[in-house]
Amino acid sequence: MRASLLRNGKVLFGVIVLAFFVLLALLGPVLLSVLGLDARANDISAIAAPPSAAHPLGTTQFGQDVLAQVIEGARGSMFVGFLGAAIGTAIAIVVGVPAGYFGGTTGNLLNFLTNIFLVMPVLPLIFVVAGYLQGTGLVMIAIIIGVFGWAGGARTLRAQAMSVRNRDFVQAMRMLGEPHRRLIFVEVLPHLYGWIASMFLGGLIGAVMAEAGLAFLGVSDSSAISWGTMIQAAQQQSAVLRGLWWWFVPPGLCIALVGTAAALINFGVDELANPKLRAASRRVAKRTASVRRAAAALETTGAERA
Amino acid sequence: MTALGGAPTPTTTTALAEVSARRKPRRRSGVFLLKRLGFYLVAAWSAITLNFVIPRLMPGDPSAAIIDQLERVSGQALAPEALVSIRGLFGNPDQNLLEQYGGYLAQLARFDLGVSISNFPVPVADLVGAGLPWTLLLVGTTTVISFVLGTMLGVAVGWRAGSRFDSIMTPFITFVSSVPYFWIALLALWLFGFVFGWFPLSGGYDPNLPISLEPAFLLSVMQYGALPALTIVFSAFGGWMLGMRNMTVTTVREDYVLLAQAKGLSPARVRWRYAARNAMLPQFTGFAMALGGVVGGALLTEIVFSYPGIGYLLFSALQKRDYPVMQGVFLLVTLTVLLANLIADSLYVWLDPRVREES
Repeated sequence: MRASLLRNGKVLFGVIVLAFFVLLALLGPVLLSVLGLDARANDISAIAAPPSAAHPLGTTQFGQDVLAQVIEGARGSMFVGFLGAAIGTAIAIVVGVPAGYFGGTTGNLLNFLTNIFLVMPVLPLIFVVAGYLQGTGLVMIAIIIGVFGWAGGARTLRAQAMSVRNRDFVQAMRMLGEPHRRLIFVEVLPHLYGWIASMFLGGLIGAVMAEAGLAFLGVSDSSAISWGTMIQAAQQQSAVLRGLWWWFVPPGLCIALVGTAAALINFGVDELANPKLRAASRRVAKRTASVRRAAAALETTGAERA
Repeated sequence: MTALGGAPTPTTTTALAEVSARRKPRRRSGVFLLKRLGFYLVAAWSAITLNFVIPRLMPGDPSAAIIDQLERVSGQALAPEALVSIRGLFGNPDQNLLEQYGGYLAQLARFDLGVSISNFPVPVADLVGAGLPWTLLLVGTTTVISFVLGTMLGVAVGWRAGSRFDSIMTPFITFVSSVPYFWIALLALWLFGFVFGWFPLSGGYDPNLPISLEPAFLLSVMQYGALPALTIVFSAFGGWMLGMRNMTVTTVREDYVLLAQAKGLSPARVRWRYAARNAMLPQFTGFAMALGGVVGGALLTEIVFSYPGIGYLLFSALQKRDYPVMQGVFLLVTLTVLLANLIADSLYVWLDPRVREES
C-alpha cells in the first residue's frame, strides 16, 4: 500500500510540496541567515518597492523584505497548522471512536455533542473567543482552532468505528472478555489510521486557513509573522488600492499550495481506497470513448442501410 | 445510512416510498422532523448558553471593563437600565451564576442584546438588524448559485470522468478550494476593481443615493454586490463540484444506471433522473453543513469589500472591542445557521424517502 501510494502522481506531488513547506518552516531561520535576510529589518531605501534584485519579492510598506517574511511566515503558519490539526484530531479520536464503539447512551451523548459542534458556525465562535483573548500568541490561536474544529472528524471516526466494532474479529475478542480499553486501542483504532491520517491533513490546511482568517481579522499575535498576518498587514495598509500586489500575493499562494498538496494526498488515498474513482483515469476514458464512437458509427451506418 | 446503499433503481425506491407514504404519510416524516426540531432547539440553547458562559470564563471582569469603557466614551455615568443590561449580558458580580443566567435569558427574550460601545447608545439589536438584510442577500444568492452551478458541473464532469474537461477542471478546482476566501477576494478587488476599474472598490451601494427601493438605488446595489458575489461563488462552487463529481463517478457505475441506458432511455433522462438524483443526496447533507462555513466565509468577504453586512459589523466590533456587538452577531449568525439547517433537513426528508423509512 505504501509503495503504491507514492507511485500515484497526485500523492507524490502533494508529499513533495508539503515536505518543502515543512522543511521551510523547520529550516527557515537557517535559510534566512544564509541568505542574509531579516523579516523584521526595515530597508528605508526601498519602501513598498516592487520585486528587484535586492528584494526578489519586493518590500512592504515598512521596507521589510517580502521573501524573508514569507519564509518566516511559513514557520508561524505551519506551526499553527500542525498544532491545531493535532489538537483537533486528538479530540476527534477521543470523542468519535468511543461514540461509534460503545453505542447506547454513551454513544448517543457523544454523538449529540458532535452534532452540536457540527452545526455551530465555528468561525464566528472562534472570532468571539479570540476577540476576548485579543493579542494572544500563536499557541492559543492553535488551541482555539483545534478545540472548535474537531466535529467533522469525530463524525467520520464514529461511522468507521461502528463498522469495525461489528466485524467478526472484534466480536470474537469481546466474547473472550477482552477489556474495552484494549479492544479500542489494539483492535479498532489501527483500522482507522487511514482516516485519521487524512483527517489530520484536512485539519492542517483548515488550521492554516483559520489562522490566516483570524489574523486577517486582526485577532492574532501582532508581533508574530505568519502568512495570515502578512495578508492582514497588507490589507490594513491598503496594499490593494495602491497596487502593491507582491505584498499579499505570495503568502496567499503559499497557503493555497499547502492546501492543494494536502488535498492531492487525500485524493490519492481516496482513489486507492475506492477503486471506482481510480478507474476514471484518462486512458480508460479514452478507450471507452473510442468504443462508444465505434458503436455509434456502426449504428448510424446500420440505420442508413436500413 | 449510506446514501446509495441498497437502492435497486431510483424508480423503484420512489415508487415504494410513494406506496408507503400513502399508507402512513405524515406520521413518519413528522416524527423525524420533530426529533430534528428538538435537536435544533437544544443546539440553539447551547449557543445561547455558550454566549453566556464565554465572557464569564474570561480573565478579569468584562462587564466592569465594558461599563468603564462606555462611561469614558459617553463622558457621563450610565443610565441604570444600561447598567442592568450590561451586567446581565456580561456578568454581575453581585449575583450568583443561576440568577445571572435567569436574568440573561429574560433579557434575550426581550430581544435586548445590550448597547453598542462604539456606537453608544445604539442598541446592538438595531445595528444587527441593519446589517442582516445585506448579508442574507449576499450569502443567500451566492450560496444558491454556487450550489446549483457546482452540482450541475459536477454531474457533467463526473459523467465523463477522465475527459479533457475533467482533467483540467478537477486539479484547478482543487487548487481554488485550497485558497482562502478573503485572499481571492483581495486579488479580485485588486485586479477588477483597481487595475481594470470595472467594479467599485468598497461598500454595498452608491453612498450618494438615498437608501430606497428606487431602480437607481437597486441598480447600484447590484453593481456594488457583483464582485463580492462573484468571488464567493468562485471559491465556493468548486467544493460542490468535486463532491458531486465523485458521487456521480460512483453512481454512473451502478447497475440501475446501466439498466436505464440499456432500456434505451434518453441520455439526459438517465443522467439527471437516475444518476444525478441519487448522487445528489450526500450533496444535500453537505449543503446543510456548509451553510455554517459559507456564513463564516462571507464574513471575511464582507470585510474585504467593506460590505455593510454582519461580517463587517463583527469586524469593526472586534477592532473596537465592542463586546456587546460581537456577541450579538455571533448569536444571530448561529441562530440563522441553525434555522437554515432545520429547513435543509426538512427538505432532505422530502428528497430522500429512506430517511422517513428509517426514523
